[in-house]
Amino acid sequence: MVNPQIEGKIYPRTSSYLVGREKIREFAKAVFSTDPANHDLEAAKALGYKDLIAPPTFAVVIQERSLTTVLADKEAAIDFSRVVHGDQRFIHERPIVAGDELTSELKVASVKTLAGNHMVSFETTIFDQGNKLVCTAISTLVVRGEA
Amino acid sequence: MSDQKLTLGQELPAREFVITRDSLVRYAGASGDFNPIHYRDDFAQAVGLPGVLAHGMLTMGLAVQVVVDFVGDSGKILDYQVRFTKPVLVDSRDGARVLVSAKVSEIAEDGKSARIDLTAVAKELTVLGKAQVRVKI
Repeated sequence: MVNPQIEGKIYPRTSSYLVGREKIREFAKAVFSTDPANHDLEAAKALGYKDLIAPPTFAVVIQERSLTTVLADKEAAIDFSRVVHGDQRFIHERPIVAGDELTSELKVASVKTLAGNHMVSFETTIFDQGNKLVCTAISTLVVRGEA
Repeated sequence: MSDQKLTLGQELPAREFVITRDSLVRYAGASGDFNPIHYRDDFAQAVGLPGVLAHGMLTMGLAVQVVVDFVGDSGKILDYQVRFTKPVLVDSRDGARVLVSAKVSEIAEDGKSARIDLTAVAKELTVLGKAQVRVKI
């Protein structure tokens, strides 16, 4: 049920993810966004962006790629069937834009135990192809204890 | 809308979102989160849930749209955080209704950003806690 030793562990940089224009449109529609800058290239350009920009929570797609690595890590021993999302935060340096090639690195910020449940906090840093920080995603997963 | 002024205590126009099972399937595909608790009743029940739940990240993703609608640019969201306090149950026929309201709770001293607090309610329960958006102004 979650190995506390993984606190501080850093998981290797993921392979790059190319942010597609249609993926942004698809995600935007899924989160009920009506922001023209998520859908219409001319509207995005009129605001000064070089292509469509992603909705504020799109970075979860990149975070997920890092989290998958953790959940597959036998050392971490996280039982995914008992996992509940506790909290989430995105700190943006700039919006994600179609054409970005993003990689991410994940650090296990903390592992805590409270009332038989484990709380694991992750900090995922997301970089563009120039290795500039785009977004920091902070997420806590609650792993429910065995009843 | 991007020239809208924000003032302390101001309430932004609220928006009601109707989440159906179709919404969940669409979000699963768009986000890559295919956990079956978000589309299979039998699976949800087998793991002890009262029914199919909306992805927390779907609720988070749609709630911020109230702020995006007002400021007119997704790129102005600098920082956004929530706690997932209650699950949103999505009925197979009627779906779920989530009402999101937003209030300006702080204007930064330099006047360049503001904090907006969100309230998301489904079936009279607050489903997001500490839902805070920092927006560029």
